[in-house]
This record gives sequence, C-alpha cells and structure tokens, in this order.
Amino acid sequence: MNEAVTLDRASGARVASEPIGSIPLAFTLNGEARHLHVSPWTTLLDLLRDTLDLTGSKKGCDHGQCGACTVLIDGKRMNSCLKLAVTLDGHDVTTIEGLGQPGDLHPLQAAFIEHDAFQCGYCTPGQICSAQGLINEGHAKNREDVREQMSGNLCRCGAYPNIADAVLEVLGTEKSE
Amino acid sequence: MIRFDYARPTAVAEALQAGAGTHTAYLAGGTNLVDLMKENVARPLQVVDINRLPLNRIEELDGGGLRLGALVTNNDTAYDSRVQERYPLLASAILAGASPQLRNAATNGGNLNQRTRCYYFYDVDTPCNKRNPGEGCGAIGGVNRIHAILGTSEQCIATHPSDMCVALAALDAQVQVSGSAGDRTIPFADYHRLPGDEPSRDNTLQPGELVTAIDLPEDSFATNYTYLKLRDRLSYAFALVSAAVAMRLGDDGRIAECRVALGGVAHKPWRQPEAERLLIGEQPGESVFQAVADAVLRGAIGRGKNDFKIELARRVVVRALGQAAARTPQSQTDKRIA
Repeated sequence: MNEAVTLDRASGARVASEPIGSIPLAFTLNGEARHLHVSPWTTLLDLLRDTLDLTGSKKGCDHGQCGACTVLIDGKRMNSCLKLAVTLDGHDVTTIEGLGQPGDLHPLQAAFIEHDAFQCGYCTPGQICSAQGLINEGHAKNREDVREQMSGNLCRCGAYPNIADAVLEVLGTEKSE
Repeated sequence: MIRFDYARPTAVAEALQAGAGTHTAYLAGGTNLVDLMKENVARPLQVVDINRLPLNRIEELDGGGLRLGALVTNNDTAYDSRVQERYPLLASAILAGASPQLRNAATNGGNLNQRTRCYYFYDVDTPCNKRNPGEGCGAIGGVNRIHAILGTSEQCIATHPSDMCVALAALDAQVQVSGSAGDRTIPFADYHRLPGDEPSRDNTLQPGELVTAIDLPEDSFATNYTYLKLRDRLSYAFALVSAAVAMRLGDDGRIAECRVALGGVAHKPWRQPEAERLLIGEQPGESVFQAVADAVLRGAIGRGKNDFKIELARRVVVRALGQAAARTPQSQTDKRIA
C-alpha cells in the first residue's frame, strides 16, 4: 500500500495535492518514518530542500566536491547531492535539522559557536554533519587526523583552524565519557 | 538529468536481465554516475539500482586471499581489519582518494568503473572521442595539465582517475564478472584498457556485464610497500602522479620481487614488467631505482601542459621505491614525504 506524498512544510501553508513521482520511498528522516513517492531522478538533496523544506542541507557545487550537502545515512556521512532519493528506501537519514534545534543545540553546534568556526555559515550544516560522521567512524585521534578527515568539506571563508578546534573539543568530550 | 526508467533487482540474474538492453547503467554508490548524469555525459534510459544485490561482503578465499564484494564501500574496505593487516597497500591507496563522504558511498565495483575526470569529457560543449567517437579530442592541444603521458593515442589522452585501482594493479588482483554468457575472471592488468582507436571503452567488460567482486591474491606485500600520491592540494584531489610499490626483499637484503604501478599517467594503472625486472637480485639503492624510473618513463610523451609529469613521475618512482625498501610507507594523514 502506498501513501500519497504529504509535505510538512514548516509554515504549514502549502500542501501538495499530487505525488511528485511514481516510485514509493519509505525511509526514516530525522527519526520520523516517511512514506513518499518520488521520481527516480530526484536527488536526496533536492527532495530535502525543495519538497520537504529542510533547507539546512546546502547546495554548494551539486557535484560532490564541496561537502555542503553532507547528511548522515545510516549514521555515515555522505553527499546528499549524489544520492538518488529512491535508493534510500529502507534507510535512515539524519540532516542538520535532526541533530539539534534552537535551544537544544547539538554539542557540535555549540562548539562551532564557541570556537567561531564559521563566517558566512553556508558550509556549516555540512561541516557539522560531517564532523558527526567523523566521530561515528572513530578513526580520528588528533588534529592532523581531524584535518584530513574533514577534507571533504570546503570552507571558502577559511575557518578551518576554528572548525578543527570545534571538532577536537567535541571529540575530546566524547572520549572522556 | 534526462528521464529514465528505474529497476531495483534483488538478485544478480535479475540485474543482468534488467541491464541487458542498450542505454542501461548499473547504479551502485552513484558518486560518479549521478554526477555524469547531471552533466548529461551519461544518458541512460534505464538505471538498474544494484544496491540490493548480495555483493556487500568481504570474504576469505580458499588459498589465503580475500574477496571484496563489489558493493562494499571504499571506506568499509579500507578500514576492514583484514585489509588493514594483510593489504595495507590497498587500504593506504583507498584512503588517499576522494573524501570520507565519497568513500562512504562509493563502492569497489564503482571505483573500477568510474570514468575519467578529463575536463573535455565532462564538458558536452567540447569535442571528445571518448564521449562521442569521431568528434575529436579537446585535450590534445588544449588544457592538458592533468592528462596522460603513457599509452596515449592520437584520439585520447585521458587518465584513469582511481587510486584504489593503482594498488589493485600492483597486487595482481582479479576482477570477478557476471554476464548473460556466464561468469568470468579478468586479471587486473587486462581489466582496464588503453584508448587506441576506441577511447569510448574504458575497460574490457562486455555490454551488460556486471562486476561482482575483486579477488586479492594471498601474496599481500604487507611489509615493503607504499602508496605515494602527488597532487595539487594535499587532500581531496586527484593524483597528478601516484605510485603503488609492492616489494619483497630476500634474506640477503636483495630485491626478490617488486611491482610498480603508476596512477595519473595513463588510461589505466600503468605497469611495465620489464622495468620491474631490473630490480630483481639488486640491493635497494638510488642508482637502480633511477634505472627503473628511466625505463618506465622511456616512452612517455608530453602534450604541452603535462610535460612536467614525465620528470615528476620519475621522481615519484624513485621515492616510492625508496619508501617501500625502507619500510616507511607514505602516511595518508601526515603528507610530508620522507
């Protein structure tokens, strides 16, 4: 049984009357089960931003070169611009919106603020999702590791030293727990 | 991106059936194919999503080798404890490539089948014999800083972009393939091909054939090895030149066996067995390493902006042989070159 697509736009003002595609897609998004119909050529990034109004994930290059669209799929960081949404049937997707909320910041979000780890902020959601993926992977032990393993996220403001500081702080916190 | 039909088979036989027609493409991690589809370079009318096929395991082979399922991701392969302990050359090469995000999505089969990153191949407004046979080559006489210096043809000077495949070439891996005519095993040296008169063909797969696994032989060269990659920035960039060296020293300290594979210089990972043989029975040292480098690069042709690669490749060969002999493999985190 396939449910028609429902859009939970933050404003609640617009509800789609037509499914956006023909292929059923059932997946978990930020902890919530979602049942949609999508076109096979829709990327996860476009689905998140254009259909589901989750605009935290950013479209920088749309070619997997900048990392601004990074999300966690089954806990692993990936470029959502290169994932066809239809391939995520049965999977678990977490975006920046699922990591923390205003008033209930994720430790990485708090650390990025504390360490001034951004200027324009455009790459930040991808940086933070990537950093959470780095922590999940468990292969980073020091600053050099963090810098190498965060290399999939470009920051054209050049906040790299502060980003590394923020990630290292949370890595240290998690280690001491 | 053009519109296409979508199939999601759960068994290899089913996938081969779905992939049998013309203008079909197998989709795994999607990190290259989806990008090529966005650029209108790849225009499949049918996409066969193979992510549900049971090809996502790493298994022991009878006789001591390891079988890497085609759908195991690059990161899961590089961090697998068996790969790390027994095939550190492969783990190192994988971790030298792309970014963690890409390696978490990209699969082993997809790594083999990724297309060149030649700018002209990617730009559909420029001529490219690989994309449109007979159209001409924009790179010859054009901006060709990243292009090939060995094994080129007058039709194509593209390189194969993989790091992983350079290590697989040095390890003499084998590619397991399934097709409508049955299963077959392709030695790694015969998997990718040189452009010749048919640059549209990157490899020797027949239409509709599917890579199911990569087999690593027991001989893993876990002691004397290195993967040395030089590029324009220290991380997250394709190789200008890279080298995988797999060496074995005898009890007398002389070289008993050595493989040298180069990346970034040809349409396929480049090996030259006659050059490798110069090392047999020799004490490791600068002069024999230089002789090997000269032999490997003897037929190299620069096309202008990539002329520097010839001397760079010589130096990479010498340095990589030295690293392998000294058991000081290149770190993929600390990029200083010892």
